[in-house]
Amino acid sequence: MVKKVKLRIVFLLALVLSIVLSVLLILKSLEKDVVFFLSPTDIKNLEEIETKKIRVGGMVKKKSISINSDKINFIVTDFKNEINVSYSGSVPNLFSENKGVVAEGFLQDRNYLKAVKILAKHDENYMPPEVKEALGDK
Amino acid sequence: MLNFFSLSKVFEISTKSSKYVFVLFIIVLTIGLTEALFLSPEDYKQSHSVRIMYVHVPAAWMALGIFSIIAFLSISTFVFKNKNFFLISKSLAPSGFIFNIIALVTGSIWGKPTWGTWWAWDARITSMLILALFYFMYLLSWRIINNQNNAIKISSLIAIVGAINIPIIKFSVNWWNTLHQGPSLKIMSDSTIHSSMLIPLGIMTAAFALFSLLIFLMKFNTEMIRIKNKGLDRL
Repeated sequence: MVKKVKLRIVFLLALVLSIVLSVLLILKSLEKDVVFFLSPTDIKNLEEIETKKIRVGGMVKKKSISINSDKINFIVTDFKNEINVSYSGSVPNLFSENKGVVAEGFLQDRNYLKAVKILAKHDENYMPPEVKEALGDK
Repeated sequence: MLNFFSLSKVFEISTKSSKYVFVLFIIVLTIGLTEALFLSPEDYKQSHSVRIMYVHVPAAWMALGIFSIIAFLSISTFVFKNKNFFLISKSLAPSGFIFNIIALVTGSIWGKPTWGTWWAWDARITSMLILALFYFMYLLSWRIINNQNNAIKISSLIAIVGAINIPIIKFSVNWWNTLHQGPSLKIMSDSTIHSSMLIPLGIMTAAFALFSLLIFLMKFNTEMIRIKNKGLDRL
């Protein structure tokens, strides 16, 4: 009886270990696809410019948003590198400068992404407006 | 353990307590919803859409918590052939599954006004979908396997294998770039949710936990009636 319990423990350990290992290996090799977006630094370090649709994420640089006719241009930064993004269409409500953004589109070159979709990324801070005001614009 | 109680004794306790749990659930839910929908402040950035958090986050916690319990009990069931736990884990699964679906649906409803999309194949969201599939497989395994001993074994294995996904869900937002934001509540540092929003979140979590308990007791009773009707006077 006791021997059977031991065997079952060994079986479970082997099962879990093998699955954990294979999941780890799969996730590791797919790292490029598991990440939802690349940072501007990742784009800089790309060996060659992707022609597929990609996503670039980071912060919208302060005072970089310019809107002319139906086009909106802005700069996405990760505070190390930057990339210009242009987009025509409506942006989500939370899109604003100094806030997170994910732009999906096609790279024209290392510094310019033509976006076909803009997603706003919000951070993990939640507070009422009065508190935000009291904290100042940090 | 439960062997101390006879089946009828356990049945009596769980039937009685489910009434009290129901009353308590209604009270806590009323307080929680009033706090969450009316009394709590709006967010500086998301304004009123932040209120979806009070359903989304507790539901996700419940889904994760219940699956962890099921997996833990399943290890004991599988290794030590403990005959007391499989009914508990079987009865826990439906509410966990429902909360998982609620978390996915409310997340989608929340995502549209804030992120600008209903769905994204981001690591957190996808791993949560995988958890829902594991819940589904777990529930189905009880349905499609007629032999009880086999059903116990296979469902336990599904729960144990599915538990590997739990840390992946938890840390997905730290390991990879995701559209989903990082954790607001951390063990080692202060929460990044303002206290006026943390209180309704806590009350709603308590309400959801009570609801899980209620559904669990009802399901557990049903299972025991089923055993009684089979004429087996033991668990």
